[in-house]
Amino acid sequence: MTDQTSLVHARGLTKRYANGFTAVDAVDFDVRPGKAFGFLGPNGAGKTSTMRMIACSSPVTEGTLSVIGMDPRTQAREIKARLGVVPQIDNLDTELTVRENLEMYARYFDIPREVFGKRADELLEFVQLSERAKDQVEPLSGGMKRRLTIARALINEPELVILDEPTTGLDPQARHLLWERLYQLKRRGATLIITTHYMDEAEQLCDHLVVMDKAKIVAEGSPRQLIDQHATREVLELRFTDAVRDSLDGKLDGLADRVETLPDRLLLYTADGERALEQVHQRQIPVESALVRRSSLEDVFLRLTGRSLIE
Amino acid sequence: MTVLAASGRVWQRNFLVYRRLWHRSIAFGFLQPVLFLTAMGIGVGALMSNQDLSAFGGVPYIDWLGPGLLSAMAMQTATFESTYPIMNKIMWGRNYEAMLSTPLTTRNIVLGELFWVAFRIGTLATVFLVVLFAFGIVRSPAAILAIPVAVLVGAAFSSCLVSFTATQRNDVGFSALFRFVINPLFLFSGTFFPLSNLPDQVEWVAWLTPLFHGVQLIRGLVLDNLDWMAAPIHLAYLGVMLAIGVSLADRNLRRRMTG
Repeated sequence: MTDQTSLVHARGLTKRYANGFTAVDAVDFDVRPGKAFGFLGPNGAGKTSTMRMIACSSPVTEGTLSVIGMDPRTQAREIKARLGVVPQIDNLDTELTVRENLEMYARYFDIPREVFGKRADELLEFVQLSERAKDQVEPLSGGMKRRLTIARALINEPELVILDEPTTGLDPQARHLLWERLYQLKRRGATLIITTHYMDEAEQLCDHLVVMDKAKIVAEGSPRQLIDQHATREVLELRFTDAVRDSLDGKLDGLADRVETLPDRLLLYTADGERALEQVHQRQIPVESALVRRSSLEDVFLRLTGRSLIE
Repeated sequence: MTVLAASGRVWQRNFLVYRRLWHRSIAFGFLQPVLFLTAMGIGVGALMSNQDLSAFGGVPYIDWLGPGLLSAMAMQTATFESTYPIMNKIMWGRNYEAMLSTPLTTRNIVLGELFWVAFRIGTLATVFLVVLFAFGIVRSPAAILAIPVAVLVGAAFSSCLVSFTATQRNDVGFSALFRFVINPLFLFSGTFFPLSNLPDQVEWVAWLTPLFHGVQLIRGLVLDNLDWMAAPIHLAYLGVMLAIGVSLADRNLRRRMTG
């Protein structure tokens, strides 16, 4: 693996804060051009700290990191000129209008006026905000603000777009619209780095994923590969009354490859969920409710860390 | 992009916001000195009209007071512009975070904000000077130099105040700053009464405080009685304060924004 084929190249990348807390502990990863690369993990896993180092807004403590073939330690300005950053918390300029936000950002990037005008129109069109161009930012909905933040991040035609939890806090409709726009962006050949603690988001958007937990990378691969490797094809979710549950004690043995016990339900990992459910009925165990579903990244995460993604 | 051009972009952002409010700002700029000069100068001044005016250099109290107020205005404007608005851009509105995702640096931000304060004080000082002229206080064409001096006073204060703001986690520190630093300076820098009225033991303290130097320079220029021997000391004091302020502001803001 050489630097030429990866847009971001990290080896032994470590972030330790002044208070001694290690947020990122010697992680290795490579981001390939034209792909959507995801960091999946719970809050506090080190995703944002990793992103901040890539975005040159937080110094690397140890290890090597190259971004678009450059060193964040010495070439931060050059790197930033070619990055687009969508932060976790909106930092739009609420004292300016929608279009002025793009205009001012273009000025920060030193983009000439004649180039900027056309680009701003296209970007507003792309994020479906052309109608709101002259409006103030403050009254926009959460989803619109996010979309404007994304348009703003694209004003310098970045080679790499970094999105930190792009849909956290949005309602389902706004999320789907945003995913669709990000998918279009990917189709145009942009390289994306996305952090998320939503497995559905990771499955929808990412070609390649690393799962982070407690400052480390615990697994890596495409969403499909991760599921194949770390989970069975299907999952049988069972709920019992407390009395039944307390007296289960071995009655489910042999029904599944693996059983995970969650506070409110049991997860039986098996290739054939329906068959397992049939067997549960045959053993005359009174089930309160049952659900057969395909395995997801949530199951992968549970397997790898013993914890749920969203607590 | 040069440092100057990049800092200019930060200035430009503030100007874009200000464009919608400038007329209001200029109106207040007129109102403030007119009210002060009327109340303090004509009102209080009338009480002194039969007194010995030698402590004021032989000019009426209102004439003596006017240029002092101009200098104090520069400090107060700098204080206002360098506390809450900067805090907002650091933590509430996160504007600096957005700027620092572009090729702009903390130095560009510090200089850009300083250019902005300079512009604000420059315009307000011009308005103020027009008012002083209308009141018949201006004694010399050299009074025009009071504008750049007011800008220097404002920039010196602003740089130090931005470096303070960059270290604050909430706005509690600001009320202490206003009460224990800005207000005492406002009252005891020779704006309202000559420092020779103070006991000799504390009179020298004034020389250590920044606003005093601004007041001396501006009053000397407007009333055409500048002490040319002391002027370089006044200017040097403000220049050094500005230089220290800029480097501290850059350092503190960088520490705050990158961790």
